[in-house]
This record gives sequence, structure tokens and C-alpha cells, in this order.
Amino acid sequence: MGAAVAVLVLLAVLGPLSAVLWRAEGVTALGPPDLSAIRFTIWQAILSALFSVALAVPVARALARRRFAGRATLIELMGAPFILPVIVAVLGLLAIFGRRGVLNAGLGAVGLPGIEIYGLHGVVLAHVFFNLPLAVRLLLQGWLAIPAERFRLAATLGFTSRDIARHMEWPMLRTVAPGAFLVIFLICTTSFAVALILGGGPRATTVELAIYQAFRYEFDLGRAALLGLVQVAICIVAGAMVLWVRVPGGMGTGLDRPVERYDGQGRLTRFVDGTAIALAALFLLLPILAVLLKGAAGLWALPGTVWQAALRSILLSLATAGVAVTLSLPMAMLIAKGRVKGLLETIGALTIAVSPLVIGTGLFLMLRPYMAPQSSALPVTGLVNALAALPFLLRALVPAIEEAEAGYGRLAESLGMSGWQRMRHVLLPRIRRALGFSAGLAAAMSMGDLGVITLFAAPQQGTLPLEMFRLMGSFRTHDAQAAAVLLLALSLGLFWIFDRGGRVNAAT
Amino acid sequence: MLRLETVSRSFDGFRLHADLAVARGARLAVLGPSGGGKTTLLNMIAGFLRPDSGKVWIDGQDVTDWPVPDRPLSLLFQEGNLFPHLSAFDNVALGVVPSLRLHEADRAAVAQALQQVGLSGLADRTPGDLSGGQRSRVALARMLLRDKPLALLDEPFAALDPGLRREMLALVGELCAAQGLTLVMVSHELRDAERLCTDLCLLEDGAVTLNGALAPMLEAPPPALTPWL
Repeated sequence: MGAAVAVLVLLAVLGPLSAVLWRAEGVTALGPPDLSAIRFTIWQAILSALFSVALAVPVARALARRRFAGRATLIELMGAPFILPVIVAVLGLLAIFGRRGVLNAGLGAVGLPGIEIYGLHGVVLAHVFFNLPLAVRLLLQGWLAIPAERFRLAATLGFTSRDIARHMEWPMLRTVAPGAFLVIFLICTTSFAVALILGGGPRATTVELAIYQAFRYEFDLGRAALLGLVQVAICIVAGAMVLWVRVPGGMGTGLDRPVERYDGQGRLTRFVDGTAIALAALFLLLPILAVLLKGAAGLWALPGTVWQAALRSILLSLATAGVAVTLSLPMAMLIAKGRVKGLLETIGALTIAVSPLVIGTGLFLMLRPYMAPQSSALPVTGLVNALAALPFLLRALVPAIEEAEAGYGRLAESLGMSGWQRMRHVLLPRIRRALGFSAGLAAAMSMGDLGVITLFAAPQQGTLPLEMFRLMGSFRTHDAQAAAVLLLALSLGLFWIFDRGGRVNAAT
Repeated sequence: MLRLETVSRSFDGFRLHADLAVARGARLAVLGPSGGGKTTLLNMIAGFLRPDSGKVWIDGQDVTDWPVPDRPLSLLFQEGNLFPHLSAFDNVALGVVPSLRLHEADRAAVAQALQQVGLSGLADRTPGDLSGGQRSRVALARMLLRDKPLALLDEPFAALDPGLRREMLALVGELCAAQGLTLVMVSHELRDAERLCTDLCLLEDGAVTLNGALAPMLEAPPPALTPWL
């Protein structure tokens, strides 16, 4: 069962990829615009990763050594960008940093020239917004992994903050930070929605965006396919580097193990830490708050098309969650058994390397002879979203299954339970929480997705994020803000319902 | 040398109460079951925990409110005494100055401490390239070099095999005697106490149930001590 699913996933990724390959054959060379897209993709990803990790250092350090009310909530919230729709966050960033945003109003009031958010720095800003929390969580894990005795030892030896930084924190960062940098670099190379809204033009087009433009505007399938291959190559190189440095997982729980600290009690370090935490919290929360404040009032005046799109999105998300869990559970069970673990995990991670837009393009090429592309838009989007969620779901499910098996596998064996019985009475109850979390994650990711759907949705067939993007494009900012509130509520709501569902009466 | 004046500390429904004194140069073993309060006691002496009431005196000074680094004592943990990325030499040198900015005289002192614990040739090795016994010796060398009058040992050498453990306890005894150190060792092995200590204190359920010189207790064991024999 698990093996069959793995093969299915492999086909669902490699099939479209070969369709792309097949189609790309006729094209010989990349033009200057393509080369500049490649350069921009890599350059903005380097900058985004660099800023995210560098800014995360003081924040993670402060969170590691301070205890305050709301600390746990803040750390929890740092995990939220995974389920935050990109387009909502970008709209929030526009409200703060945009041309008519809060920041420019402030700058104008004191007579300073305004800033421009579109282009390279806007793309980097949005990427830092999304990846700073991930970087903080990854680094915080590193900090909390420093054995508690070592801090006690440091206290007895009279270490100053500087000594601790040199002998304990710097060595830790040297092992953790490169991994965090590469993961964020990888994420940013596949960035599409951010570039779609904040980038564009010859100087700020990512490869993914170029694929979209080739496909949508020029309908130059050969070029789209060739760019797709370039994108795959970039991801494979970045992905290989990530595997090579062995990145720690940043999604797990258990991030809040208390480590007693005896250092950093001075007034200056308290001030520095407080400032780092406050600035990070403001940077992450203000844009979302701005969207909520500006959008909530317009919610009831939203046009009917938006509500229809919302309904479509809900159904799509539920279907995606169903497909994603159905695909990931058998695979996770097989991985947990330990057989061909590496191979299966590689298949599960393939969808990270082969970007959703490329798979979408390939599926389009494959389906074109058989059905009208517009009628296949939603099923294709659902499938691609489910595949994109797969690596995250495997990460959540495999440890839960391993734990259930380690704890109760032998007992079930001795009672002669096998097959469906065992799954129904032992495995599923034990992994309910992970299942709920997985379904919620897949649903929320799909809810906020603004990727494949842009390739071939008909005007009356958009999902909520796409509808919102159209509203932004036609400068109906108020409607877009109201739609953003709706989208945010639906994404978080879906995640919450599934995640809760997994916890209610969950076996402990 | 060390005096715990009716100190008490409670948390999570557990309460530790102790009134103890250790003479200069004496070596006290704190024995007791897990959860009896041994580590809590040690943490209060070291300054990681503040007592709710009572006072801690070290070397004639009331250190109850002193921060950890200011207290005149050295600590030796069960493990995790060394930084894995620093050489044995640097790990010892941290006892001189954490910034590792050493004068010529400091370097000589570090080398001498390493020699005292029998590690002269291994100064450049990192902990990963040392055996368990050698790592303990590095930590001991640092303790010597810090030259604080009070040494606190938290189940030291528990990770070592019995032969090596005996050897290390003997070494600690020699070094303490040579430097005139006062010592408090938390342990759950009476045998370790026999090898090293002069006094014994039994700590059960947060209360001291036995306290005094070790030798007479071993000759005529009081009932409280029988489970540990």
C-alpha cells in the first residue's frame, strides 16, 4: 500500500516533469531575460536568507535567555507563517511599508523621502517576514540544545555574556546557522506569489515568475518548459546542499524546554534583549494587524464573486487535505517501518525540489489533449497542493507513528492484532494529534496557495487568493483588504478545526 | 568552613530543610535516595537556588545573596564539565580567565595543573579524543587551578567504570589534602564515600536523617545507614 502510493507520488511528480522535458526539447538557448531571472532568483534568495538568519540571531538569543509572559505564545506564533496565506502577509506589508503605508506617512510627516516597496527590496522584505520566524525557531532549537550543565559551569567559572557568546553560542551557531541559511535559501528560490505581487519587470523577475509569464502571457510552452528545468536545477543544487549540511527540523514541538540561565542579568543585555523581542514582534504582527483593522469593516460589503471564490477554496482545501493525508499516511507507515527509508523520504521531498509551478505546467501539458485546461484547473491545483504538502506531512506523521509502534507495537503483536484492526485500534488513536495537525496544515496551505491556480483558472473560477489578487490588480484595495481578512480567518480556522479535532479526546 | 543555617526551600510539594556545618579540610559525603534533596542542597550551596529562609555561610562570609560566580567554590558535575570544541589546555585555562587571554605565568600554571593530574602530553586534545577518565582529569585540573577553598562534586565519575572511579576518587583525595580543600560530594554509593570522605550526611525526603563523622558510623552502623551498606 505504502509502496504503491510512493510510486504514485513519484509518477505524479516525474510524469509532469518529463512532459516538461519533452516539450522543452526544441529550445536551444536561454535569452538575456531568462539569465537575468536566474541571477535575480539566486541573488534575492541569498539576501533573504542572509537577513533572515542574521536578524534571527539576537531574537533567538533573547528568547533563549529570557522568561516573560507571552513567551510561549510568541514562539508558537513563529510557527504560524506556514499556514499564513502569502498574499495576506504581502498586503499587510504594503499597508506598513507600501507607497501609502504607515512608514511612508511617518517619513513624509518629518520631511523625509518615501521608500518604494516594489522590486528587490520588497521581495526580500516579504521573504524575511516569512522566514525570520523559521530562522528564529531553528536557532532557538540550537540554543536550547546547549546542555543546561554547561550554563551552570559557565556560571561557576564567572563567564560574562561575551565569554558565553564565544565559547558556547558561537560554536553552536557555526553548526546551526549554515543549515538555517540553506533551508531559507531553498524556500526563497521557489518563491512565486511574493515575486508575482512585489516583483516583476526585467529587474525583479524570479524564474518561477518567468515561467508564469511565458505560460500565461506569451503562451510560449517551450520557454516555460525550459525555465521549468532551470528551476528544477536550482532547487536540486540547493536541496543537495541542504541535505549535505544536515538541517535540523524547525517544525517540531518541544521547543520550550526550560533551561535555567544565570547570565545576562545586566541592564544593558536586558535592554538589548527586550528591544530585539519587541522589534521582531512588531515586525511580524503589525502587518497582520493592519490587514485586520483595515479589512474587517468591509467584510459585509464584499462582492458575491468573492464569497463564491471562498466557497470554492474551502472545498478545494478540504479535498486537498483528504488527498494529502491519504497519500502521506501509507507512506509514513512504510517509512516508520524503516524499510527503504532513505528512498521513500527522497520521494516525499521531491515536491520541494520540483516546484509546484513546474508540476502544474507539466500536468497542463499532459492533460491538454484530453480536457480543456480551464476545467482541469481546480483538480490540478488540488493535486499539486497535496503533493506540495506531502513533505511537511511526512515530517509530522513519521515520528508519531514511530513512537506509537515503539510503545505499543509489541503489545499489539503479542495480541495478534494486524492489518486494519491494528490500524484502527492502535495506530490511528495513537497518532490522532499528528493526523489532525497534518490535515490542518494541508488545508491551510492549500487555502492560502496562490501558485498553480494562477496558471489556468478561468475568470469565474478563481480561488479566494486569486480573487484577492485580482482585486489588488484592479486597485480595489478596500475589497482586497476585506477579502484578506476572510482568507486569513479561513486559513487559520481550517487549521484550528483540524488541529483541535485531533486533540479532543486524543490518547495520551 | 561551610555552614547551612536552618536553610529551607520548597517547590512542587517538596520541601528541603537542612542545618549543617562542614569543618575546614573536612570531606562530607551527602548520601541519599533519588529525589531526597541532594542536588537541591548542592544547588543552594553553589547559588543556583536561593533558600526560602535560612543562611548559607562559606569561609566565614554570608553568601546567601551572592551570585554564583562570586562564591569561593568549584563545581564538578557528573558530566558536561568540558566544552567539546576546546582543547584540554583551553578547558583548564577557562579556570584562569574565561576570555582565554593568558599571560606566560598563566600558561605555566595550566601546564602544571595538567601535569598534576597526569595529562602532560595530552594538552592539545579535545574532549572527543580523550577517554572518560582523562576527561574527568581535565575537569579536576581546572578545579585545582581555580584554587577555591570549597569543592562541590555532584555524583562525580558516575559514568566511569568501578576501577577508574576508585582511581579518580583516590586522586581527588590526594589533591584535596595537598591543597587543603574542603569538599562536599553528592553520591548514592556509600563505597565512594568510604574512599574519599571524612563525614557523612544522609538526606531523605528533604530532611537530614543522619550526620556525623564517617569512621565511627562504619564501625557501628546506625539503623538509618543499613540500607546503604
